[in-house]
Amino acid sequence: MSFTSRQVSIAGSMLHYRIAGPEGAPTLLFLHGAGGAEGSLGVLGTLADRWRVIVPDHPGFGASTDPEWLDTIHDAAYAYLDFLEALDLRDVHLVGSSLGGWLAMEIAIRSASRLARLTLIAAAGIRPGDIPTGDLFMWSPEERVRNTIADPLLAGKILALPQTPEQAEIALRNHFTTAKLAWEPRFFDPHLDKWLHRLRLPVQVIWGAEDRLFPLALGEKLAGLIPGARLDVIPGCGHVPMVENPAALSALLREFQGSAS
Amino acid sequence: MKFTLFHLMPYADLDLEEAAKYPTAWVHTPNRLYDPQKGARLYNRYLDELELGEQLGFDGVAVNEHHQTAYGIMPSPIVTASALARRTRTAKIAILGSAIPLRNHPLTLAEEHAMIDNITEGRLITGFVRGIGAEYHAWGTNPAFSHERFHEAHDLIIAAWTRPGPFRWSRKHYHFEYVNLWPRPYQQPHPPIWIPSQGSTETIEWAADPSRRYTYLQTFSPLKSVRKYLEQYRETAARKGWTASDDKLGWAIPVYVADTDEQARREAKPHFENFRNRFLKMPIEMLLPPGYSSIESMRGIAKAKAQITGDITLEIAVEMGMFFCGSVATVREQIGAAWQDMHVGHMLPMLQFGTLPAELTEANIRRFAGEVIPYLRRLTASTTASTTAPASMPTSASSATASRPAA
Repeated sequence: MSFTSRQVSIAGSMLHYRIAGPEGAPTLLFLHGAGGAEGSLGVLGTLADRWRVIVPDHPGFGASTDPEWLDTIHDAAYAYLDFLEALDLRDVHLVGSSLGGWLAMEIAIRSASRLARLTLIAAAGIRPGDIPTGDLFMWSPEERVRNTIADPLLAGKILALPQTPEQAEIALRNHFTTAKLAWEPRFFDPHLDKWLHRLRLPVQVIWGAEDRLFPLALGEKLAGLIPGARLDVIPGCGHVPMVENPAALSALLREFQGSAS
Repeated sequence: MKFTLFHLMPYADLDLEEAAKYPTAWVHTPNRLYDPQKGARLYNRYLDELELGEQLGFDGVAVNEHHQTAYGIMPSPIVTASALARRTRTAKIAILGSAIPLRNHPLTLAEEHAMIDNITEGRLITGFVRGIGAEYHAWGTNPAFSHERFHEAHDLIIAAWTRPGPFRWSRKHYHFEYVNLWPRPYQQPHPPIWIPSQGSTETIEWAADPSRRYTYLQTFSPLKSVRKYLEQYRETAARKGWTASDDKLGWAIPVYVADTDEQARREAKPHFENFRNRFLKMPIEMLLPPGYSSIESMRGIAKAKAQITGDITLEIAVEMGMFFCGSVATVREQIGAAWQDMHVGHMLPMLQFGTLPAELTEANIRRFAGEVIPYLRRLTASTTASTTAPASMPTSASSATASRPAA
């Protein structure tokens, strides 16, 4: 299913989003990770058979403008609360990957009134403590691919893809905004875990067993901090299930949607 | 022309074989390779070298700041400047510079610099820098806010030095209910400010603003870049309605003087190449973290990458005019030509670099102070008397080329 491109003004700044799927279907709002939304559009398009799928570019990412007011992940979270109101979205299945998973939690602890359920894929956000994590900012562009994709053959194929100047420009912007939101503390909010009990909606945590950026131990810790959360592990998969195992990811999302709320 | 002896204080005793297991001497090289016994000797040797510089007639001595690296073991130039404050009597002490965005509490820097300025009765030259990219990995400070924090910290420090306190400060990054500095700086309104840079239009525009008129210091760059950016500073000042005198321009460059060109190159080669290819080198992700430079300048990343991540030999560095190395006559001619060409008012020779040992460093300092400085003082005095600055800098590259030694 192909996406339609739209934009909306949030706090005076243009936010770009893509939308696909039947009107009246339940809404799935996908929040992308540090690398942007593009790599996830394939699997998200297949979900548009039963969901109205909405895929924004975060403020400062992709085709969205970089607003003056964006300084922290909290600013982005408030912007998405505005976004939910602006599009009048209700009973949303909020799905966030990596940086987007962290953002999803920051949104939901502030207000879950428009949310029905939450899926966190290899989510950043909590203090890793003694769990060793990778350093996205120290890695070269090639290392970023090789360390987030578990299958070396797939990583090689991704690295062999040509990059247009537009894609290179967006990758640079995404990396800059990621630093703004996640450099220090590195990919977490030291106060987030104090408020995770406010996630009183069904929560699914999905993690690749071979994630080298945020190892599975971090997923186990996160699932343990959220009351009632389920943890679904995808064997053999790295940090980006949307790319590395879309079929498993799709099945897990469908199963979670079908489960009792 | 004035002469300031510049020191990076590298960890010259680094076990190079062990360090070769790591891609860079910054951030990742484990600190088990730092031996406190050796480090203590190095600190005292380097401070002795700077003190010797004053005795031999340098106008000033200079220290700087880097973190978590064998490249320079001066995470706090405040400490070295303080150690020099009471052991020197006449030389200016230049901190080139304090990396102000790294401090969460920039008022501490305002206080520390003011203390040194008082203790030395006005011999402090203050320098402000952002720190190089690796500092943002070492220190955790978010590079995305590096520019903002630099400007706000600068404004806060200047206000603390010049505005009657107590007053409130509240902008984006720093908030103080009471700013009321004790002590105030000895020099009024504040110590002279130098801005070391590798060359950026943004920095030049800012430093050359008529409200600031800070001395612009080009650091360790090819002659071509030095010339370009110093000329750009003069042009920017002129465009903004003022004439930049020679003492608004400075150049920091490693220098090695020996009896002959051949001897100079032979003695300096391993130590210079260790400085450039072992101590300074770092991956591009460390040098330019996201946000440290603007997106626009990151588009030229390939160029920066070639400059810093590849090795260069002594011969290439000499050819590019990044390193003055030769006999007394050669070095006199090189700096003399640079004076004729650019009228750069401050030379900051770095006479110890990389692994250059104590005996060679001392001989280098003595030769430079004894035989190069007096010659250049005579040369520049005679040409300064008639003209404070070239009306327009020569546009031909011929004089720049002539300053290079025959290959």
